[in-house]
Amino acid sequence: MARQSGDVIVDLRNISLRFGGVKALTDISFDVREHEIRSIIGPNGAGKSSMLNVINGVYHPQEGQIHFRGQLRRRMEPHHAAEQGIARTFQNIALFRGMTVLDNIMTGRALKMRCNFLQHALYWGAAQREEVAHRLKVEEIIEFLEIQSIRKTPVGRLPYGLQKRVELARALAAEPHILLLDEPMAGMNVEEKQDMCRFILDVNDHYGTTIVLIEHDMGVVMDISDRVVVLDYGRKIGDGLPDEVKNDPDVIRAYLGGAH
Amino acid sequence: MLYREAGQFKSSYAEDGRIFPIRQDRVGFTLLMLVFGVAVPLLANEYWLKAILTPVLIFSLAAIGLNILTGYAGQLSLGSAAFMAVGAFAAYNFILRVDGMPFLLALALAGLAAALVGVLFGLPSLRIKGFYLAVATLAAQFFIVWVLVKFPWFSNHSSSGVVTAQEVSILGYAFVSPEAKYVLTFLVVAVLALAAKNLVRSATGRAWMAVRDMDVAAQVIGFRLMRTKLLAFAVSSFYCGVAGALYAYTYIGTVEPEGFNLDLSFKILFMIIIGGVGSILGAFLGAAFIVLLPILLDNLVPALFGDALGAGFASNLQLIIFGGLIIFFLIVEPHGLARLWQIAKEKLRLWPFPH
Amino acid sequence: MQFFIEVLIGGLLSGVMYALVALGFVLIYKASGVFNFAQGAMVFFAALSFVGFQEVLPARFGMEAGSAAVFWLSFLLAFATMVVLGIATERIVLRPLVNQPPITLFMATIGLTYVVEGLAQMTWGANVRGLELGIMDEPIGWLMDDYGIGVSKFDLFAAGVAASLVALLAALFQYTKVGRALRAVADDHQAALSIGIPLQTIWRVVWAVAGFVALVAGMIWGARNGVQFALTFTALKALPVLILGGFTSVPGAIVGGLIIGASEKLAEVYVGPLVGGGIEGWFPYMLALAFLLVRPEGLFGERHIDRV
Ligand SMILES: Nc1ncnc2c1ncn2[C@@H]1O[C@H](COP(=O)(O)OP(=O)(O)O)[C@@H](O)[C@H]1O
Ligand SMILES: [Mg+2]
Repeated sequence: MARQSGDVIVDLRNISLRFGGVKALTDISFDVREHEIRSIIGPNGAGKSSMLNVINGVYHPQEGQIHFRGQLRRRMEPHHAAEQGIARTFQNIALFRGMTVLDNIMTGRALKMRCNFLQHALYWGAAQREEVAHRLKVEEIIEFLEIQSIRKTPVGRLPYGLQKRVELARALAAEPHILLLDEPMAGMNVEEKQDMCRFILDVNDHYGTTIVLIEHDMGVVMDISDRVVVLDYGRKIGDGLPDEVKNDPDVIRAYLGGAH
Repeated sequence: MLYREAGQFKSSYAEDGRIFPIRQDRVGFTLLMLVFGVAVPLLANEYWLKAILTPVLIFSLAAIGLNILTGYAGQLSLGSAAFMAVGAFAAYNFILRVDGMPFLLALALAGLAAALVGVLFGLPSLRIKGFYLAVATLAAQFFIVWVLVKFPWFSNHSSSGVVTAQEVSILGYAFVSPEAKYVLTFLVVAVLALAAKNLVRSATGRAWMAVRDMDVAAQVIGFRLMRTKLLAFAVSSFYCGVAGALYAYTYIGTVEPEGFNLDLSFKILFMIIIGGVGSILGAFLGAAFIVLLPILLDNLVPALFGDALGAGFASNLQLIIFGGLIIFFLIVEPHGLARLWQIAKEKLRLWPFPH
Repeated sequence: MQFFIEVLIGGLLSGVMYALVALGFVLIYKASGVFNFAQGAMVFFAALSFVGFQEVLPARFGMEAGSAAVFWLSFLLAFATMVVLGIATERIVLRPLVNQPPITLFMATIGLTYVVEGLAQMTWGANVRGLELGIMDEPIGWLMDDYGIGVSKFDLFAAGVAASLVALLAALFQYTKVGRALRAVADDHQAALSIGIPLQTIWRVVWAVAGFVALVAGMIWGARNGVQFALTFTALKALPVLILGGFTSVPGAIVGGLIIGASEKLAEVYVGPLVGGGIEGWFPYMLALAFLLVRPEGLFGERHIDRV
């Protein structure tokens, strides 16, 4: 399944990130090319989530540089990342628990909506038209992810697997260029995993969305990734095509051969 | 069989987005508006209009304000009364100092003044959260009241600090009778409540709720915390400010800064807890409940226990019942009366065929 | 200069009294994550019970008014009342709300405030009463004579009591099984359960201890200003101390109390006259706020980055 990968769009250089005394990431360089599925693997605590958090500005590394589409980004905040077309899901579901599925997904359209709060207060004319227009777009996504029957359900009442799907829907609603997925299949059964894989591949295929994926299931990772990076204790110990990584002695020693 | 949505198909997303998608609800709501907008002022006696209905409407407005901030945007405030004070004294001064100031404009400006002060005291919310912020809003409560007391300019150098609201007149019509004041209050509150409902069901409301439920995820989606939170503070304070101005002009007539004390702030908080946190309807239910309860107790206690126990007993009993109800609602129905109403409606929909 | 020192010391000493009330908040917050707004009402209830028993014992049971026996028996009875209140609170309010968001629990304690205030006045009446601890509120002689600095004996006594109470609590935390469990709970509820002490027991103990702290604070404040409804406002004095010192830190409560007390008195004397006085109601809040804007993690807190 050779997909056409493009230029480098995210380029991290020599990133180091510390929390007090804990070194979450040490001198990591890593790039993501347009349209590819780029996976990050590694044991728990290796720094995978921290990597995503650095890419979309949730964490600020003490050292290193981030280039986005060839431009150096200084102290990027999460909303800047969103404006650049980066969307994501979280390892521990971060849905808005007090809202329905529909409203959760609608929040994903926030950056594309133009009306101001005074127009919202009137809810007339432009504001209403805008709401309906974006609702149409959101309904497309709802259909794509096959969650029509739960649109008016408060997300807190949904089972885990569906919540993960709604979170993906919310991220997709932003029509992102880059989608960061933090363990989207964790805790799912085989069937749910297959669905999720299909969605990820479809998104990548149809919209050409670049995907950075953290996943523990090696079968899935080796299957759908274009390139894989391996982290261990905050350091990069492997990077390359799935087959290369699979056979890398360092990687085998540190990770693949170990507990798994 | 009366309350059914069967057969009512929504043919467009616009229809699906209505406030009342079910026809019976629309009819019921229209009737309700007619009753409270037309029948009540024509039929109700002066006591009900002056002592119950008008204050319920005004407190509902303040409760909507607090609900926007606390229920929707998740920022607990213990200083709502202070923003009412800003509104009341701003309106007083605008009308006093600007010749020919139209009342409704003064009302809007009072709201804006409160909004401005609200934004100022909302600034700490950008750095501190939760309890720390709740405590910080007490700063607003104490500071604002102190300023209004200490600088006599605000009360036009009245020696007691008490100001008397000027007569309300719009387009030459003077709102003096309780009926007229009630209708004016009703109209202002109805318009602002509708606007609030629109806000919370649109993108603005979603932004508030997103920040409330999970602020990191909200930022990652692209919401700017500063803008979202400060807007909530501004809109919330606007509502409280207008409520404060109405409080002075259509309800009690004479106000002093100390009347807008912490107790009043807590009262408004109680309204949204009992009525329903994060619900516009709840603000009305909660306000009605909190206004009516003491009146009910005042009538009930002497009947039950006789007069022997004295006024102290009744007021202490009231404290205990107030506090007890808060705890009761938090434990039993944290979404308050509004949620009970919703449950009742769902039951009604199935009636008479329980599933 | 003498005047400055006098104001400073007076401020520090009253800061100790703020810290005393703040301590009650911190204890409960640490053990159960509850921001107990009712702490002020508890102070009021405890002090009122104490003076109430002091009246009742001689009047009804013929004990000798003003005797040491009456004093200590009243103290014990008032303490017992607070323990009962604490247990009832745990049972009726907290247990059904376990696992609710902290803000819900906080609002419940606002409800509790009203209940406790109502109960207190319903039981003991609402009139202001004096409370005699036998220590005069007068300057310490030699300080006054030799240095011209007026420091109240009473304030010093209060500070001494507060210091002993802190030492006592520290010992309780350090050397008893319950204390160790308490600290464990503060760090991690799950870990605490594995020690084998039920969470409920811990909560009751901590509410009882907080009741004791409230009683001591109430007696001292009551002796100073009379036992009256205004005692509930001691909570409002303690809140800025908490946001400055942090809800979880005992040293934070002490240092925060000292800072707030001292700066409040200094501001009152040096800034107050410029703006018309009466600033003590809001000044501590503004001070704490200004501080938090610079250092959101508080005096002793660590900077924390949300994990996602
Ligand atoms: N917000 C944070 N505060 C403190 N430490 C953190 C934070 N986020 C991550 N860490 C630490 O950084 C390291 C890497 O964590 P993480 O990136 O979550 O790993 P992974 O996703 O690979 O399991 C861990 O030691 C973790 O404890
Ligand atoms: Mg992770």
